[in-house]
Order: sequence, then C-alpha cells, then structure tokens
Amino acid sequence: MLRQIEGSKAIAETVALCRPEVVCAYPISPQTHIIEAVGAMVKAGTLAPCEFINVESEFAAMSVAIGASATGARAYTATASQGLLFMMEAVYNAAGLGLPIVMTLANRAIGAPINIWNDHSDAMAVRDSGWIQLFAESNQEASDLHVQAFRLAEELSVPVMVCVDGFILTHAVEGVDLLDQSFVDSFLPPYEPRQMLDTKAPVSIGAMVGPEAFEEVRYLAHLRQLDALERIPEIAREFFESTGRESGGLVRPYRTDDAETVVVAMGSVLGTLKDAVDARRDLGELVGVLGVTSFRPFPSEAVRDALAHARQVIVIEKAFNIGAGGVLSTDIAIAIHNEQTLLRTVVAGLGGRAITRRSLEKVLDDASRDELAALTFLDLDQEAVDRERARMQASRRSGPSAENLLRDRGTASPKIPA
Amino acid sequence: MTSQRVHFYQVGSFAVGNRLLNEDERTVQARSDRTNSIDSGHRACQGCGEALGARYALDAAMRATNGQIVAVNATGCLEVFSTPYPETSWRIPWLHSLFGNAPAVATGVAAALRAKGNKDVRVVAQAGDGGTVDIGFGCLSGMFERNDDVLFICYDNEGYMNTGVQRSAATPPAARTATTEAVGPEPGNAFGQGKDLPRIAMAHNIPYVATATVADLHDLERKVERAMELRGARYLHVLVPCPLGWGSASDETIHIARLATESGLFPVFEAEHGVVTSVSHIRRPVPVEQYLSLQRRFAHLFGANPRPDIIAHLQSMADENIARYGLLQPELEQSS
Repeated sequence: MLRQIEGSKAIAETVALCRPEVVCAYPISPQTHIIEAVGAMVKAGTLAPCEFINVESEFAAMSVAIGASATGARAYTATASQGLLFMMEAVYNAAGLGLPIVMTLANRAIGAPINIWNDHSDAMAVRDSGWIQLFAESNQEASDLHVQAFRLAEELSVPVMVCVDGFILTHAVEGVDLLDQSFVDSFLPPYEPRQMLDTKAPVSIGAMVGPEAFEEVRYLAHLRQLDALERIPEIAREFFESTGRESGGLVRPYRTDDAETVVVAMGSVLGTLKDAVDARRDLGELVGVLGVTSFRPFPSEAVRDALAHARQVIVIEKAFNIGAGGVLSTDIAIAIHNEQTLLRTVVAGLGGRAITRRSLEKVLDDASRDELAALTFLDLDQEAVDRERARMQASRRSGPSAENLLRDRGTASPKIPA
Repeated sequence: MTSQRVHFYQVGSFAVGNRLLNEDERTVQARSDRTNSIDSGHRACQGCGEALGARYALDAAMRATNGQIVAVNATGCLEVFSTPYPETSWRIPWLHSLFGNAPAVATGVAAALRAKGNKDVRVVAQAGDGGTVDIGFGCLSGMFERNDDVLFICYDNEGYMNTGVQRSAATPPAARTATTEAVGPEPGNAFGQGKDLPRIAMAHNIPYVATATVADLHDLERKVERAMELRGARYLHVLVPCPLGWGSASDETIHIARLATESGLFPVFEAEHGVVTSVSHIRRPVPVEQYLSLQRRFAHLFGANPRPDIIAHLQSMADENIARYGLLQPELEQSS
C-alpha cells in the first residue's frame, strides 16, 4: 500500500510486520521515531505478542536483545552514532555468539565535537564486528531491507544491521509502498534458532574459548558471511519476484556498462549522484554509478565485475579513516586490485554537510580533466582551516579548535555551499 | 505458654548438622535428587566460597522451580572456572555474554519467555562483586528499576580475584589488593569509599533483597526459595570468602564467612519492598580482630608495626552495622 510516510515510521511499520517478540529501546537521535512508533504499537496491542523494554542505555539495549535472541525470540533494536559505540562491546558479542538480531542504524556522525547529523562514521566503526551491514538508498529500500534482514539473519545465525542515513532518510516523508502482513508472513518464516536456552535440552552458551579453537570459531563466522554473499542476491531476487521492487542485493550498477569513470557510494547520496551522472551523460561523458548495498560482507567479486572496464573510480565516502584515507576505498582498491585504474577518494557529507548535485558535478568535472587528487574533501573551507592552523601556530593556548572554528564561521547552521 | 529455642549446632562451629535435622529440614545438597546444577570437575580453587555458594543457590533455585531455571552469568571467576572449553559444569541452560551486562541479558531472557507465554521457566543472573557493584551496576539498576522478573545473585568476594586480586567498590577499607597495596601511611584500601549494594537495591523498592554467607547454607537456600516465590526483580548478595585473594587457608572459608557475620562486618538480613523483614542475629559476638587476623590481606594491621587505630576504625564500622540492623540477639542485649 503506497503511503506518504516518514522513513522512521515506514521502518517501524515494516519491523512490526516482521513480528518481533522483543524490542529494546533507548532513545538517540535520529533513531528515536522508529522506537517511538514500535513502542506505541506494542502499547496499543496492535503488535503482539511483543515485549517492549525501555532500557537505561544502548549497552543494555543490545544486551537485552542478546538475552532475548538466545532464548529463541526474534529481537530488534535501533541505534545511532554514540549509541552504537556505547553498545560496541555487546555488538561484537552478539555476532560472536551468532545471534540473529536485527538492528536499524540511523547513520550519524561521531563526536567530539558532538554532532547529531548524518554521516557513516558509526557504521564504519563496527565494520569488523561480524555483523552484516546493508545500506539503504531510499526509504522504500530501508523498509524492504528489514524484512530481508530478518530472513537473512535467521537463516545464517548472523546479526544484520540495516544502515539508513540519519535525517536524510529517517526524517524524510516520501512515498513508500508498505508490504502487507500476508506477504511478510510468507517471506519470513518463524524463527527456528540454531541454539537456545531450553530447560529441556540445556546447553552452555558463551564458554571460554582458548587458542585451541578461537581461530576456527572466527573462521566459521567468516564462512557465514561468505554464505551471505550468496544468499543476499537470492533473497533480493525472491523479493523482487513477489514485489517487483529492486531492494537489497550486493551492488547496484547504474549506467556503468560503457562508463570510463564510475562513482562508488553507499546510501542516500546515490540518488543525487545519479542525477549528477545523468547531467554529465547529457554532455556526452561516459560516467556511471556503483551503489554498494552490502558493505559487510563486502562483495569484492561483484565490485570487480562492475568496475572492470572503468579507467577511473571515484569513491564518495561519508566517513574516513583519520590519518590514512578512505574506508570504503580500501575495500574497493583490494577488490579491483590493478595498477591501471585510477582510484580517487572524495570524503563528503561529514557531520551532515549537504552533498549537492552542483558539488558532485564539480567532482566529475575535475575527474574528466584528470585533476581530481587521490584524496579530497568535498567543499572543505581551506581558508578556515588555515586560519585555525595560524592561531595554533601563534599561541600555545589557542584553545579548543572546534569552538574556534565555530567562532570563525560566525553561524551555527550547517553549511550548504552557495 | 513458655517455649525455649533449641539451637542445633555442633560444638565450636555453630554449623547445623544435617543428621540432627528431620529429613524435610535438610539442605537440598543432602538430597539424592539434587540437580548438581554446577557439576563437579570445575576449575575453582580449593576452598572457593563462590563455587560453594553458587552450587547451593542454584540447586535451591532448581528445587524451588521444579527444575525450570535459565542462568545468565557475568564474566568472572564463576564463568571461567565452570566452562573451560570444551567442558562445562553447567547442567542447566547457561549463557555468558559480557562482564557488565548480565542483568540486561537476563532481562532479555525474561522478556523472551514472557513474549512466548512461558510462565514456568525462571531466570537467575549471577555475577561477582565486580560485575555487580562496578561494571554491571548501570544495567543492574536498570533491571531493578523496571522490576524485571530476574533473581540476581552477587557472589561477593570483595575484589577482582580472577584478574589477580584488584580492588572493587566492594573491597573493604584497609584490605590489601594489587591496586591498594599495603604501603604508605594509610595502607590498603581507603576508608569512606565503596558501595553498599544491598541497601542500594533496597532503595529501588524491589520485592526482595537479602544477604547471606556460605557459613549458613540453610539460610542461603531458604532465601533463594523465598526469592523464587516472588516475581519481579530480586537481589541476593552472598559473601563468599576467596582463599587466594584474601590470603586465607582454604579450609577456613566457612569459618571466615561466619566470623564476618559474627563480628558485625557483614550483616545478614532480608528486606521486602525496601523494608527489612528479618535479620540473622549474632550468636556469639567477636571482635573484628578475629576475622581480620586470619587473612593476609589485613596482615599489615598486625605484626611488628600493628595498626590498632585502623582496627578500631573497622570495629566502629562493625558496630554501626550491629546498631543499624539490630544484629545482637535480644537475650544478649538484655543481659548486657
């Protein structure tokens, strides 16, 4: 049923269709509307049987989900940013235990400086945790991915994180075709745990494992992620056959067949990027886009195939590895693994800075003239940086840089380049 | 009609001998149908109070629930010594997640059981004092505050023994640990610090809070049974001497636990909805020296350079407990 609906609300309604049995909630922007909506459904009795637990921290949220999942219940939670970092120990633990928890990550920057707006730093911080990480391009896909996520998680006993751009998607109202209950029930069978706390068949879960077996346990987790590389496209295809919607999958190529330059990105920026590419195509440039939907497991083969003919690959990243460079770029570089392809990293949209079509076209323009540096920061105010560097040079006690830059800027609103 | 209270105890120990009791008054451990929830063959140290306390507590919980117990364990000695891969001592469903999240994991287990309409299976969470008063405290307070249907048992050995005897917020003043060495003008752990978790638990107004020691296992079993009669958040704080960390003889564990209560340093009581409902009276009061002098963690208070001032400070703490909970036997109070 097509509805004009906020992204968070669409996600909440889709999660409810998946019949979660335990939902734990701790509020953190921009995830709050999701858990508020699920909480209201549980309170009203429209989502039942389901226990909604208001926990005292994100660490507890993931821990409650761990306990619930280990008891054979379908468990769901949502978080963002600092919340994800605060639950990080439990995030690793859930994956290590092989518990198929599904979590929405409303992607947001990580402080300090504190910043509630969108980027992908939070997701990147847990990329090695053993969770499957799927990135949604639109609210339609964000909703659909949750049904696929529960299916995938429970089949493989691996937790799945659905990454949704904070505010840009979570708070955007747009048309979303919501699934109906009978479809979800047929697509997502009841949860059959591989392991559970059962008084009739007692097992110990979470035992100490020493050097004699730890590597094998970790390798098995890797194999399950490799299994996911097979299952993600299959589940997406099955979903497409029933709904006609191309949600999920490993990668999404757009006009890449004859492209000499391909821009790679994840999440909501793909929409703007496609518009920019369309504009350049109209000028006769052979450019294309590769959306990466599955960041973990990383679909190296699919990426390599899609980029096989590109002379230049530009990775637009909403995060970066301070002191090194791109995060996604590193995976792309390993996947394409050749000396001929020019690989460029553009760090963009940090802390919610708008990524405009105009700026993206400028990137493509520079790239077309081979003037794009290996690592660039989109719309960086170099002069403001230089002024702060000068202040630090002039005085030992130059004070906190973040506050100095705000004073320098003279405004608190996020910058949208003119 | 007058009546006289009869004490069943063996000479010198106050230990209640099972043979002197009617069969239905004997401990769960005395029964052939005990569940051995935590079975033999684990790797606890000789004389470990925690292994003893956990065995009695869980078997009592199993008996009280007809064998319908799921246990959640925090990281710590109990977790490590009970599950050296690929072996496990647990004969009950058992889950270990992390050091600081056992209360929240237990909440999740309870929530899942509720969602599945399972009212029979009950949840017991357990941790050492570090996992309770320090790193697990936030989750524990949250579990209490929501009144989740979990019995949380803290086996308190007054420090981080698994990592090599470091101070926790349950370490008593003056005690030597690896992070509060017995050096300088104020040797050992500082006075005026630490958390009184049973009282903090009571402040949450949860249905049941009790303390116990491994010196009175009948009392421990009875409190577990009482806890399992109730629903909601329940807290049991069990003093479990640690021969390794306390520097005590491994055959003195029970004796030292008894001296902890008889000196007044560890009050044994129970409370319902924040109100104390019973206390275990001190049968034969002893000065704190008797308790302290058996433990090398307090050795710096005795010997060549004794510290009677510090011992007096500890005695005043014991006296405060005795006054706060009314720990002296009524007849002793009358005769004094």
